[in-house]
Amino acid sequence: MSPPPRSDAAAYWRANLRLLAVLLILWAAVSFGAGILFADWLNQFLLPGTGFPLGFWFAQQGAIYSFVVLVFVYAKLMNRLERKFGLEEQEDDSQ
Amino acid sequence: MSIRAWTLLLVGLSFALYIAIAIRSRASSTKEFYVAGGGVPPLANGMATAADWMSAASFISMAGLISAKGYDGSVYLLGWTGGFVLLALLLAPYLRKFGQFTVPDFIGDRYYSRTARVVAVLCAIFVSFTYVSGQMRGVGIVFSRFLEVEVGTGVLIGMGIVFFYAVLGGMKGITYTQVAQYCVLIFAYLVPALYLSMMMSGNPIPQLGFGGSGETGAFLLERLDGLHEDLGFAAYTSGSKSVLDVFCITLALMVGTAGLPHVIVRFYTVPRVRDARTSVGWALIFIAILYTTAPAIAVFARTNLLNTVSEQAYSEMPEWFSRWESTGLLAHDDLNGDGKIQYVGPEAIDSDGQPIRNELHVDPDIMVLANPEIANLPAWVIGLVAAGGLAAALSTAAGLLLVISSSISHDLLKRSFLPNISPRGELLAARGAAAAGIVLAGYLGIHPPGFVGEVVAFAFGLAASSFFPAILLGIFTTRTSREGAVAGMICGLAATTLYIIWFKFLHPELNSAEHWFLGISPEGFGALGMAINFGVTVAISALTPPPPPEVQQMVLSIRVPRS
Repeated sequence: MSPPPRSDAAAYWRANLRLLAVLLILWAAVSFGAGILFADWLNQFLLPGTGFPLGFWFAQQGAIYSFVVLVFVYAKLMNRLERKFGLEEQEDDSQ
Repeated sequence: MSIRAWTLLLVGLSFALYIAIAIRSRASSTKEFYVAGGGVPPLANGMATAADWMSAASFISMAGLISAKGYDGSVYLLGWTGGFVLLALLLAPYLRKFGQFTVPDFIGDRYYSRTARVVAVLCAIFVSFTYVSGQMRGVGIVFSRFLEVEVGTGVLIGMGIVFFYAVLGGMKGITYTQVAQYCVLIFAYLVPALYLSMMMSGNPIPQLGFGGSGETGAFLLERLDGLHEDLGFAAYTSGSKSVLDVFCITLALMVGTAGLPHVIVRFYTVPRVRDARTSVGWALIFIAILYTTAPAIAVFARTNLLNTVSEQAYSEMPEWFSRWESTGLLAHDDLNGDGKIQYVGPEAIDSDGQPIRNELHVDPDIMVLANPEIANLPAWVIGLVAAGGLAAALSTAAGLLLVISSSISHDLLKRSFLPNISPRGELLAARGAAAAGIVLAGYLGIHPPGFVGEVVAFAFGLAASSFFPAILLGIFTTRTSREGAVAGMICGLAATTLYIIWFKFLHPELNSAEHWFLGISPEGFGALGMAINFGVTVAISALTPPPPPEVQQMVLSIRVPRS
């Protein structure tokens, strides 16, 4: 496999890394942040309209919902990046 | 119809379905055997991955563990789902572009080294075998509890089914069977949950129900916290582990999830790189359906249990109590001779300030298995739960066996020691290895090493400290050299293995927070093992020659979808 022109690929890769950084910060924030490190503090609040202490809710439900959203947002934005840099797979690329 | 008859019927029907699918999905090439020909649509692949991932532990034990541990059980919920974000963002699309057949394939090629490949193979085989013996054991146990068949016979039956569709169809047969198994297991999990939620909170959606209020008008969680306090347990919603330990266990489980070979290999089977990303998304949705229901079941079951047994006369316990007592999952010892059951936690004291001794032992597995009986659900629901538990165990077992067999036939034979083996020979070797693997897994299921549950935790720690850093650095850096990677993998592995063996097998009497390093339990040590791997890899890579140009080109190439 030979890689595409360096400049396109390099710019695409940098954009990819920036996206990853943002998404991973969010991933850590909802799970390790809200669900673990700040759970005790957040537990003084209830999720509005329910009986869920907020930290507990993040740890047992909220983080999981966020993960799903993060993965699909990532897939969608990567598709856009691929098109923008002209690097999406061609039909005959699949092995 | 009796419970047994319903179970036989539903389990039998589900097995017939799997066999029918297997016959239609015979594998005829190595590509079909290892990666289902690379043509599985992302949604179906996601569903299959979800079934592959959710083992007997997820289905049977997890709700019970959360029920027993409250907030502390969140480590399993976060750890076993968060890893999929790491997979989607950091591993799956690049490995799909790399496009070979197995994880040791990537390690061997990226680190241009047969040693690296063999180290990876040995890890993959060890991790997969420990995991699969637990599944076969789970199969035997479901058979024995619901069909009153001996555990050993149950394992043999399970082996037979898996043998049929794994050896015949390879990854192709396994994938499509797993789609069916997902449908069975999710239905089996949700039916009792919806019913319980309706009964206890008036809301049929369990995810909402357990945050709601019961008949007394008070929030269920608040009541449960109160009950816990009265009985001397730690508050349900805040648990008792240290923050650092919860952090490390969660991290170890997340990273371990992303590093497990049988999960990673699931993303070699989709047609394109972009499909790998969405397939992880679908897998996570399908997994989340069960994983967000489990904490609800945990709360309902825990509340029910405490209300039913606490300070009640032993002689007046309902029928399900004595039935489950006879399996040993429930055990009562009337220590104070008052004829009542005291089910209390470590902080319980009576009106004179004296500690109350706990009299009831409750195995966490009971929560899902006995739930339908506790809630008085019809017999067919119980049969369904049995079929679901089997679906979960068999689907995971099959995925693991595929890893074991492909490690032997593809990584050890074709890519390392017998490079001139023909495709037909390789396919035959793959089938043979799968067959041998099933037999050995079955043997371990019938005669388990005795500590199967802990060994599965071991498997996560190993994956976290060996594969994850090696693959991640292999994709995101071009400088990581073969010496660095091999050194890192071995150091991470060794540290994690030694720590776990020390506390779990050699000196179990020391296995408590004051003796642990920084208060981190063996289950959480994988996070440190991973850090050790990263550190050693980076350091040694800086001191050794960089990878050859063609390897560096390969790395640049897998970062972009287009060839």
